Amino acid sequence: MRFLRALLSDDLPRSRALSAILVAIFLGLLFAPFLFSGSQALNAAAKILYFVVLAASYDLLLGYTGIVSFAHTMFFGIGGYGAGLALYGWGPSWSSVAAGTAIALVLSVALATAIGLFSLRVQRIFFAMITLAVASVFAILASQLGWLTGGEDGRTYQVPPLLRPGFRLFEGEIGGVAINGRIVAYYLLLVTALVLFLAMLRVVNSPFGRVLQAIRENDFRAEAIGYRTVLYRSVANCVSAAVATVAGVMCAVWLRYTGPATTLSFDIMLDILLMVVIGGMGTLYGAVIGATLFLLAETYLQTLMGAISRATEGIPLLPALFHPDRWLLWLGILFIGSVYFFPAGIVGRLGRDR
Amino acid sequence: MTGFLSTRDLTMRFGGHIAVDGVTCEFAPGTLTAIVGPNGAGKTTFFNLLSGQLAATAGHIFWDLDEITGLPASARARRGIGRAFQLTNLFPGLSVRENVRLAVQGEAGVGLDLRRRWRSRRDLVDRADEILGRVGLAGRADARAGSLSHGDQRKLEVGLLIALRPRVFMFDEPTAGMSVDDVPVILDLIHAVKAEGRSTILLVEHKMDVVRSLADRIVVLHNGRLVADGEPEAVMAAPVVQSAYLGIGPDA
Ligand SMILES: Nc1ncnc2c1ncn2[C@@H]1O[C@H](COP(=O)(O)OP(=O)(O)O)[C@@H](O)[C@H]1O
Ligand SMILES: [Mg+2]
Repeated sequence: MRFLRALLSDDLPRSRALSAILVAIFLGLLFAPFLFSGSQALNAAAKILYFVVLAASYDLLLGYTGIVSFAHTMFFGIGGYGAGLALYGWGPSWSSVAAGTAIALVLSVALATAIGLFSLRVQRIFFAMITLAVASVFAILASQLGWLTGGEDGRTYQVPPLLRPGFRLFEGEIGGVAINGRIVAYYLLLVTALVLFLAMLRVVNSPFGRVLQAIRENDFRAEAIGYRTVLYRSVANCVSAAVATVAGVMCAVWLRYTGPATTLSFDIMLDILLMVVIGGMGTLYGAVIGATLFLLAETYLQTLMGAISRATEGIPLLPALFHPDRWLLWLGILFIGSVYFFPAGIVGRLGRDR
Repeated sequence: MTGFLSTRDLTMRFGGHIAVDGVTCEFAPGTLTAIVGPNGAGKTTFFNLLSGQLAATAGHIFWDLDEITGLPASARARRGIGRAFQLTNLFPGLSVRENVRLAVQGEAGVGLDLRRRWRSRRDLVDRADEILGRVGLAGRADARAGSLSHGDQRKLEVGLLIALRPRVFMFDEPTAGMSVDDVPVILDLIHAVKAEGRSTILLVEHKMDVVRSLADRIVVLHNGRLVADGEPEAVMAAPVVQSAYLGIGPDA
């Protein structure tokens, strides 16, 4: 128990229901390759892993510090392109991954620092607009510099042999599943996500994390008790950008493809925003729940609706209403409903025991 | 001797309105100076200039031999110029304990520590709890600061100031709007700070009995101007004060 406390930085889930959901998600992700068959399930689980990291790092800004930024997918994209282009250009080796990641991290932190120092002292709305502008410029650059990035088509590349589908970790199987390179890659992502998540949990429960909350609550008073709020905001911005960059590397390694649609698109920015809001702002556990629910809905809603549509055959109207083609409509209704009924997010809704 | 806070020709203009008008003044360590004057006299603005919430239009502020006129509020706080606000100004969504801890860790200078859990700093945890006890809020430690009664919020406001362990304490009408039961808690705290004898204390206060019992010196502001400055008895008797400070006669 003491170990768990230390691991979670004294920030244990506040209610039994929340703990139960988190344990279920954790176990589901831990055993995903053995619990669910098929590549769709494994792809969805891997996507959840890097989106949990991405959403949690966004919550560091939005929920903890009260900074609205639209540049988060840019940092995610820098990570994706950093690793992806390195693998593409320098060959599928671990040193390419490492070098690509390092370059991406340097670029992200430099950009985050520049954006922070130039604009974190202005009003929050201007900061949001500036991040939007910078992110747009970056997206245009990525699609224009076709010789480097592959333009709109992006780049497809190989990953190190250990992570390829043809690789076998050993002969034989575990629970009827052959341990191939995809499963190794999945567990690499899982460990990375876990380490990053626990690190972020530590950051938000450190003295620094408390200052971020103070800035969100009342930056004027935070300044009055001695905290240079511009500095704290900038550091938060850099930490968040760096973590988003690593999430981008995870995505690039998993997909073996990097392009605008998987990393830089504004749709992803909106998705992250929804994940954080649905899960509950200002709690990293909310990001876990939000990202998981969102991606499960996105992946399985169509299948689910097809089943409902068939089951309601013969009843007027219903089959048409639940036709799989209408899944986006239902996704929208789910979002509006969850934001309306759980304004504090799911974690806020679950409340605290005692 | 250190701990002298002084101003020279300090001026603050809001558009055409002059809120603080050429104030030259020095505050010495170990003394409690009451700053009095009618509403709108410029007392809060004067505090805002000293602690850095406002940038002066003209004039200078010195802290010992250093000019601090251009320093941001956070830098002045770190140098020991502490401030409690007239309009309560807390972190409403955080617990009472977290509010105090923020001030404690600000004083300890560990705000940029990202690696350690808060609880691992036993010394800071204990200090925060001790301050909660001193301001009489130990029982409300887990309540949200925003949910406290007005009186408790004022106590917390003073708690944050004490937690900073400043060398200059500025209290801006610390007891305004408080119930008669709560007022002594605040006054005892100010007494205790004064009794230590090392700090420079500035107190804006309307209640003349409080001023009489605490002040070593009184400074009177009127329309932003310093119109009287000296020993309490002398200042209270001066005609300029009687006419300027509305409603306060010699026997009030
Ligand atoms: N931020 C501001 N903008 C414009 N006028 C202000 C501002 N702050 C104070 N004032 C004006 O300055 C004068 C002094 O105000 P203040 O310092 O609050 O007085 P006091 O604290 O003595 O009651 C008042 O006339 C007030 O309206
Ligand atoms: Mg005032």
